[in-house]
Amino acid sequence: MDIKVNVRESQGDTYVVDLNGEIDVYTSPKVKDAIGDLIDKGHYNLVINLEKVRYIDSTGLGVLIGGLKRVREHGGTVNLVCTNPQIKKIFDITGLVKIFGIYDDEDAAMKALV
Amino acid sequence: MNQPLTSARRAADVVELKIPSKAEWVAVARLAVAAVANRLNFSIEDIEDVKLAVAEACTNCIQHAHGSDQIEITCETEPDALTVRVRDDGRAARPEAVNAEKTDEARVGGLGVFLIRSLMDSVEYDVHPERGTNLVMTKKVVS
Repeated sequence: MDIKVNVRESQGDTYVVDLNGEIDVYTSPKVKDAIGDLIDKGHYNLVINLEKVRYIDSTGLGVLIGGLKRVREHGGTVNLVCTNPQIKKIFDITGLVKIFGIYDDEDAAMKALV
Repeated sequence: MNQPLTSARRAADVVELKIPSKAEWVAVARLAVAAVANRLNFSIEDIEDVKLAVAEACTNCIQHAHGSDQIEITCETEPDALTVRVRDDGRAARPEAVNAEKTDEARVGGLGVFLIRSLMDSVEYDVHPERGTNLVMTKKVVS
């Protein structure tokens, strides 16, 4: 079980974090570090692409919430790309659908940042 | 010898697993329990629910039970239900977290317990400061 993290610059000062795999108590520190590095470098508008994430637990959600809190302190935001029904269900149950912008594709998530 | 998890002992099959209380083993526990759940007539969505609930329970053991080296996971299958017990023998660091029934109460730390309560049909926690935590949760097969 692992998570692959790929960070790429997109339009403007927006960065996309592509995640591929499973986010749990073992793998979430890797995601936290990637998001933390971007924020430390002053990038506060992020799209996190969960399209290739097969599983996420509360530690993964905690990492996303932590990232969102940090970028909001600087006027930024985090939008998510997610269409997996099981993962969307977790965001729904926990009420996080009201906190995150969740989009079906990267273009929509990107446009919503600007 | 462990006590039976369910009162009605209708030809229940029992599967037991012990994992080290370390993050890298949680995936093994959730996949093993998902395989057990797959033996019953659960929908794929329900199996995913059980998988996540077990992972959250193990994660809580790792993060909040001090002094425990092992997590015991016991599955008891009946034709219409799966009961899973997750037990550690560590000292509970945050016993109040098990009462988190709303997201606002749960905050980030108690989100796992909130998810377990949301995904399973019944959840019973026994948190003892010295004996450790014993969580028994059941998911019914919807026919």
